[in-house]
Amino acid sequence: MDANRVTRRRLMQGSGGLLITFSLASAFRQASVVGQEATPTIAPELPEASVTPTVEPGLVATPENQTHQDVQTRDVTGDTVDSWLEIDASGNITVYSGKVELGTGLRTALTQIVAEELDVPFARVTMIMGDTARTPDQGTTAGSKSIQVAGPVLRQAAAEARLILLTRASERLGVPADDLQVKEGVVSTLGGEDRSVPYGELVAEPFEREVTGEAPEKPPASYVLVGQPIQRVDIPPKLTGGEAYVQDVRLDGMLHGRVVRPFVRTMEGIGATLQNFDDSAAREIPGVVQVVRNGNFIGVVAEREEQAITAAKAIKVEWAFGDPLPAINQIHDLLREMPVNEDEGGEIVRNGDVEGALGVAAQSVEATYRFASQAHAMMGPSCAVADVRPDGATIYTQSQNVFNQGRTLADLLGLAPEKVHTIFREGSGCYGHSGFDDVAADAAMLSQAVGRPVRVQWMRADEFAWEPKSPPMTMDLRGGLDDRGSIIAWDYEVWTPTHNTRPGGDASSVLAGQLKEPPAAMFEVGYGGGDRNAPTNYSFPNNRVTVHWVETPPLRPSALRSLGGLANATANELFMDEMAAAAGADPVEFRLRHLYDPRAIDVITKAAEAAGWDARPSGPSATPAADGGLVKGRGIAFARYETEYAYAAVVAEVEVDPSKGNVRVTRAVVGHDCGLIINPDGLTNQIEGNVIQGTGRALKEEVTWDEHLVTSLDWSGYHILTFPEVPTIEVALIDRPEEDALGAGEPAICPVPAAIGNAIFDATGVRMRTMPFTPERVLEALGSAAS
Amino acid sequence: MAMLRQGDLEITVNGQSHMVEAAAETPLLYVLRNELKLNAAKFGCGLSQCGACTVHVDGEAVRSCIYPVSDAAGKQVTTLEGLGTLEDPHPIQQAFLDEQAAQCGYCIPGMMMTAVAFLNQNDQPSEADIRQALAGNLCRCGTHVRIIRAVQRAADTMA
Repeated sequence: MDANRVTRRRLMQGSGGLLITFSLASAFRQASVVGQEATPTIAPELPEASVTPTVEPGLVATPENQTHQDVQTRDVTGDTVDSWLEIDASGNITVYSGKVELGTGLRTALTQIVAEELDVPFARVTMIMGDTARTPDQGTTAGSKSIQVAGPVLRQAAAEARLILLTRASERLGVPADDLQVKEGVVSTLGGEDRSVPYGELVAEPFEREVTGEAPEKPPASYVLVGQPIQRVDIPPKLTGGEAYVQDVRLDGMLHGRVVRPFVRTMEGIGATLQNFDDSAAREIPGVVQVVRNGNFIGVVAEREEQAITAAKAIKVEWAFGDPLPAINQIHDLLREMPVNEDEGGEIVRNGDVEGALGVAAQSVEATYRFASQAHAMMGPSCAVADVRPDGATIYTQSQNVFNQGRTLADLLGLAPEKVHTIFREGSGCYGHSGFDDVAADAAMLSQAVGRPVRVQWMRADEFAWEPKSPPMTMDLRGGLDDRGSIIAWDYEVWTPTHNTRPGGDASSVLAGQLKEPPAAMFEVGYGGGDRNAPTNYSFPNNRVTVHWVETPPLRPSALRSLGGLANATANELFMDEMAAAAGADPVEFRLRHLYDPRAIDVITKAAEAAGWDARPSGPSATPAADGGLVKGRGIAFARYETEYAYAAVVAEVEVDPSKGNVRVTRAVVGHDCGLIINPDGLTNQIEGNVIQGTGRALKEEVTWDEHLVTSLDWSGYHILTFPEVPTIEVALIDRPEEDALGAGEPAICPVPAAIGNAIFDATGVRMRTMPFTPERVLEALGSAAS
Repeated sequence: MAMLRQGDLEITVNGQSHMVEAAAETPLLYVLRNELKLNAAKFGCGLSQCGACTVHVDGEAVRSCIYPVSDAAGKQVTTLEGLGTLEDPHPIQQAFLDEQAAQCGYCIPGMMMTAVAFLNQNDQPSEADIRQALAGNLCRCGTHVRIIRAVQRAADTMA
């Protein structure tokens, strides 16, 4: 037997026979701590569970009992304590969060924060997330910002509530508040006197106070829930077929819809207009309720899902396409020639005299990097359920921003914004702005047409065709070294489309709004995300960063995990390695040479130590160890998220097959510092996901298109990492309880492709500068190097 | 194009027999999700490429998104709901919980169904065996290392 495998028997022996197992049912009700069986001492004394489920109860929604008119109206201002949380007479707490669970563990982490600050058992806290009728508008759940932005808001609301409760308890008990303590939701007198009152007896009246921001917060040193690897509350229903997803919403009288359009998504819709349309065959299909046509918007609604799918295929359409898409094999050069927005971008960093320093440099290096267009590629295609009536609408959606989606759908449907009630339900992991807002618009259009609830889930090709994409980017770098091997000049220039076209209230920001007749006026495009991590955190005496915002991306772009941060960090860190090689320096030491921020230095050092970094200048040794023809290498890369938030360094080890060009990442080691850690196991889960998704994006992922259409339409055309290709992953966390908790959903992906590219150089001596590093590109690079 | 006909079909799912209204060629997935209101099997691709819809038919893992419901007649269909519940989980479910082997979780039911069919054939798998057994199941969140650990843990428990 494999000696490394931990058996149940050994676990029992290891914990002195005290095997604590949690059933799924008990996990659903009480806080369970990851790894508790093996090392029970790391767990705090977790309080007795309440029977309150910590996930919102199953859907009971029907058109009869949950339309917009019937939803409880409550204070959603976010200004008051009551708008954030309620405590009932049993002491159970309901938190109202405008941020939503995207499969990252946010529900659990925010629950830990609130329970901690209120001194109540974890299981007492239930969280309602993303509901325009019930939760404050906290904007988009994105950008790795929920813990760092929403965490402090809820902590302060909870602290304010605790302060009010202590005041009320003081009055009730006739004891100064300073002489009171709270344990597990019960306020009691300090010292021997046995006088106490539970929270539930102090909440007959609402809080009726604004969140002042001045309530005292618990010192991190006293935390018992924050910092613990509490099991995620959203997982048990996902493991047992619970109603966990928007895909599982079933309303009474609900019909199924599908939409018909060409497999492409441009800035202004589909780049085509309907020429011929024949729905006669579709209308003959049993169960078809209605074929809906409104301008270029075409859909079909049927009693059963498979009928809607069959009918959509039976609708005969011919489209007239406009200008062809820019050629994919030239796209990175074409980006330089496309019109750029003159109001935005330009030189966003200018320190010293870059040209002068390059002129006197002992050595100079130049390189161009190209990053492909990539897809969110959700496992479950976008889905929504809409119930649109003449007097209002209810939408179940996995949108990252139900508030803006509500406003956008109101514009689309011709309803007042307050008449559109959007309710978040989890979907498949999205990693950014995928098709969820568009599919909600599709469902809403179809529901409005038939006057009944309609569920739409896009098909696989629909998702790949119509989701907004991470756009292609081109990066030019020039650098100069002095005669001691320090960088004296750094010149970075990037050509990027915007990475953010999220709906903000205009119907034209969803596909249906662009296709209907008359089409909604084109929404104003903002420019953002493409400049993320274009500047580095290194200290260069002469440094220039120039951003060109390309106005005409081939396909509709929008936010995908870290936005432009991935391509920019990749280019910067690949080039940093090229500079290190030119300086004849070890890549770790070379990076540290140019850093002053102790946290940046720590995270790189931590990753290198954890990996057992082989310190030496990179490049293949004279006599590569033959291992079936494979050559091995290691590389490192570092990035600070958006150059100002969490820190991540990644060491990658690769095996390259020079005969086939295949690259396998065998091991990845991550150093990670996101300040105060709320839940170390949830955090590790996110970091592992970043490494695996980042490895796929480095090696395999590429959206493709032809003259008019996207051609990467299924999993045989868009390749993500598979089980045999997944590296072993080690995560070295740096916890800084006295620092702000920073988001961790995205930082660790940023250094991954460069760490891999740098390891490929170490293995082969060849610089890969076009992502993804496909076998074809590796072979081509090896061939160029040999010739 | 084949006409969808009202079927007169009986299938057995998780030990219970059901009269199915769907036409014979309807993929089993839609019957499970929409007629029987079983949530675990997911629509991922409809092309048998991703594994999110995996269920067991007579103990074998099949992709229900392309499996005609009529082919299930006279056979035992098992979905994740048939393996275990919140109160009485199957070892694979308990293992996934213990390892916290989910992020969004959308692919996970298919992972568990594939894994159980595999473990029934190989109760002492190596890590490489598990990776190969799950090679046709896709996960976009990057939960693979936890899934591998969970399947190993389940193998230990089930052995």
